[in-house]
Amino acid sequence: MKLIFEKSIPGRGQDIFPACDVPEKLPKKDMLRKAKVNLPEISENEMGRHYTALAKRAHGVNDGFYPLGSCTMKHNPRINEKMANLPGFAKLHPLQPAHTVQGANELITELEEFLCEITGMDGVTFSPAAGAHGEFTGLLLIKAYHHDRGEAERNEILVPDAAHGTNPASATMAGYKSVTIKSNENGTVDLDDLKAHLGPKTAGLMLTNPNTVGLFDPNIMEITRLVHEAGGLCYYDGANLNAVIGIVRPADIGFDVIHMNLHKTFSTPHGGGGPGSGPCAYKDFLAPFAPGLTCKDGKEYKRAEKSIGNMTGFYGNFLVNVKAYTYLLTIGKDVATLAQNAVLNANYMQEKLKDIYPIAFDTTCMHEFVIGLDPIYRKTHVSALDVAKALLDYGIHPPTIYFPLIVHEALMIEPTETETKETLDEAIQAFREIYDKIFSAPESVQQAPQTTPVLRLDDTKAAREPHLRYKFD
Amino acid sequence: MIDPKELKYSRDDEWVRYDGDAVYIGITDYAQSELGDLVFVNLPEVDDEVIAGEALGDVESVKAVADIISPVSGVVLEVNEELLDDAALINNDPYGAWFVKVGDVSDEVELLTADEYDAYRG
Amino acid sequence: MGTFIPNTKEEQLKMLKEIGYKDFDDLFKVIPDAAKVKGELKLPEGLSEIEVDRKVQGLANKNVVFRSIFRGAGAYNHYVPSAVDAIANKEEFLTAYTPYQAEISQGILQSIFEYQTMIAEITGMDIANASLYDGASAAAEACWMCKDRKHSTIYVSGAIDERILEVIKTYSFGRENKVEIIPAKDGVTDKDALKKALEADDEAACFLMQYPNFFGVVEDAEELCKITQGAGAKFIMYCQPLALGLLKNPGEIGADIAVGEGQPLGLGLEFGGPYLGFLSTKEENMRMIPGRLIGETVDTRGERGFVLTIQAREQHIRREKASSNVCSNEAWCALRAGIYLSTIGPKGFEDAAKLCSSKAHYMAEELDKIGMKLCFKGEFWNEFATTCPDADKLLKALEDKGILGGLKFSCCGCDDAKEDCILWCCTELNTKEDIDEVIAVAKEVF
Repeated sequence: MKLIFEKSIPGRGQDIFPACDVPEKLPKKDMLRKAKVNLPEISENEMGRHYTALAKRAHGVNDGFYPLGSCTMKHNPRINEKMANLPGFAKLHPLQPAHTVQGANELITELEEFLCEITGMDGVTFSPAAGAHGEFTGLLLIKAYHHDRGEAERNEILVPDAAHGTNPASATMAGYKSVTIKSNENGTVDLDDLKAHLGPKTAGLMLTNPNTVGLFDPNIMEITRLVHEAGGLCYYDGANLNAVIGIVRPADIGFDVIHMNLHKTFSTPHGGGGPGSGPCAYKDFLAPFAPGLTCKDGKEYKRAEKSIGNMTGFYGNFLVNVKAYTYLLTIGKDVATLAQNAVLNANYMQEKLKDIYPIAFDTTCMHEFVIGLDPIYRKTHVSALDVAKALLDYGIHPPTIYFPLIVHEALMIEPTETETKETLDEAIQAFREIYDKIFSAPESVQQAPQTTPVLRLDDTKAAREPHLRYKFD
Repeated sequence: MIDPKELKYSRDDEWVRYDGDAVYIGITDYAQSELGDLVFVNLPEVDDEVIAGEALGDVESVKAVADIISPVSGVVLEVNEELLDDAALINNDPYGAWFVKVGDVSDEVELLTADEYDAYRG
Repeated sequence: MGTFIPNTKEEQLKMLKEIGYKDFDDLFKVIPDAAKVKGELKLPEGLSEIEVDRKVQGLANKNVVFRSIFRGAGAYNHYVPSAVDAIANKEEFLTAYTPYQAEISQGILQSIFEYQTMIAEITGMDIANASLYDGASAAAEACWMCKDRKHSTIYVSGAIDERILEVIKTYSFGRENKVEIIPAKDGVTDKDALKKALEADDEAACFLMQYPNFFGVVEDAEELCKITQGAGAKFIMYCQPLALGLLKNPGEIGADIAVGEGQPLGLGLEFGGPYLGFLSTKEENMRMIPGRLIGETVDTRGERGFVLTIQAREQHIRREKASSNVCSNEAWCALRAGIYLSTIGPKGFEDAAKLCSSKAHYMAEELDKIGMKLCFKGEFWNEFATTCPDADKLLKALEDKGILGGLKFSCCGCDDAKEDCILWCCTELNTKEDIDEVIAVAKEVF
């Protein structure tokens, strides 16, 4: 397909701007641009067709099943979008006087109450724009807390080996050394290894729960107790909150701070990679360090007394927060039903596949489960990547692959609660057919997909000879 | 051509070639085939100090990064700039594609002979 | 009440039984009882769609939507062409995840590749990334890019928006590097102070300036660039992207990195977010770039296609050694920016910048006539600071007429400290009548 630049014809374009109704006055000449800027020159019709063609070459939740593990690709309710687009929100200037944005601040205050109730925490900052940004925020809160207590020597964050890559990367950004904690044979935190690494340098522990193999750590309260005993704080990575929402509250089981991915658990769409929103909830003793300005009395914006500053220029991704608020109004106190059906759907698929596909940790899973294809790969040379690509020909978005790192040839499947039994059955059928092909016609799996707009792409060439932009003549 | 039999090997899959008082360091055929198509290397600068058992740089494939663990302690005398432009050289000729030349060698990890290394990775 | 779960209670029970569980309690027995919530959460009853609609509309209606806006200071009221909303709201774009599976994500990948190209073009740089959270966080990431083993101090102009500075400082609390501020004099960076500071510091990593700066003044970027690079540090320009329709772009000036807030490119005011952090740079800095990059390649038939590339920089591979922890970015906002720039084209890009400039200059002249003088002598584009006898009084009078006036701010550079200062902003949306109305209100007030 052509790039929009290749459809551009000099002199074409669209009339958006009116003639100037005041005398033209520009900054002085030597400050003005001489360089040519290549932008498309294209009619509205041609441009519309270009993007419609691109849309047809994309796959969203509305296009079909999207069991991308760890990403919680649930249905994005239309009402969320409608509410976020109301002029009363979308047309507000962030620096309007407080008394002219009463509704917006009331919404945020109420959303904060909802999220506090769901997590058990005492306060929420909406300053972070995405999940990883929320992690970074939470770690800075932990750092500010230790520094405030004169314990700046605590410079290690413990991160289990099954963690998302964002955890150690966030620890580095917060100036921490990340120390890896091993998983045990059950796929959960190895308590002995944890104990061996706790000490006077421990600033905290970052834990994803349920973890990235889809398991709820049975020792979780023991883990948080041990970390607290060593003087560290406990950070809950809320990426997988959908599994336990309404059933477990992170604060109740010993966590001090948590980020949530509103674009996962709270149904705001992911937009092809963002924007998300990653509010960070904390216990009272971290409140003095919270970032950003908030307006709770409707009169003036205030900052916490020992605030770490701010994570974004204004108040985070406000319109995304409107969508999450709308969602929570809809669901109300029945949030546990989300976790129930998410966990049911995952276990249903796991149970229906485990006779043929090796399950990494064969026990009741939470909202997702992991297939470890390694034994099959060793026999057939059909890899997790091949299975993922074969699913494309069934119109199914593949699971997350090659993660978590502790499972070889991993396929991580998260159906979410908004899928029907029929959809799951169709996907199970597809997985089973692919399994048959692995043994009867392995090359057909290795050469998949065949029905997509492009076939397998050469990642090596892309990285060895980077072309990151269109080159004009 | 370099004869792999004449090189020494670390258990972290680096090879060492002695050249007078200095050594050349690269990664083994086994390492490059495990990593797959390499796309980039990060190397130290001349005059940087390297420490035996610690990373001196890393190699990137499309979907992975692996540290290059220095088998010796010393000072970097030369860096193979060609690899910065074309990491595929490592896949094509792992024993010819040296990463760095290190001098002032003061310490080294336990090194294996070619036969010992083959047995280790066999 | 409201739910998006398709399966009925009966179906759920049937599925549970089919896989060997009695009920949901049985399914959740893997969670220790002690960890479970006791009793009910204190959340309201769920609502039907009509009830939700009514409640949220009620909140929206409590806010004031101004019909005429003269406030900028980091968020700009530019026109959003109809095509931007119509196209971006296609659900294939809206409901997709990060394009990990390239074969079915070509639409997203190509749109971002086109966006990267357009950002590189308007900033005059070689390459751009796929987006960051917002301008301020992009500025913080850009500063970090310049840090190496020998250079760690970040220098920032005192004439930048304090909101950007605050985020840079917050990031630096984490990364533990020094942030030094070069004071502003007469509304622009004090060049001599910059020169002195950089020459005295072997560890200077970069200097970041805003263009036009917070006070609206277009600084002598070429000179600042020369001073910075002459001292061995990198030069970062934080740009208002639409200003580059008219002003020399970072490429012409010789900057190492261009960053900025992409909100003017087809995003609304949105009460501060989601916005769009853009970042572009010279090719030699490719591997230091934070966040996603989309690259061109071919498929097994030799057809052109696009993939996420040079991923070994990123957190999911390099983990604690990654160049940044960015995972989710602002892809959908980048899509909007791409549609916006395609809509306005090269001519619109220039026209918009000229309209903004002309209206701002007209307004400044009219304000001058009634005694509200420019605070600074420097050239400006669409924002400018003036004195005002009583800013609160004027802004209130404007508000009563549905007009959001400029931003009252404390200005260090004014001769007459007895007066207040207001930072005004004009865009292509402010008509001559709108401007004249402000002047008329001001005449009534004073």
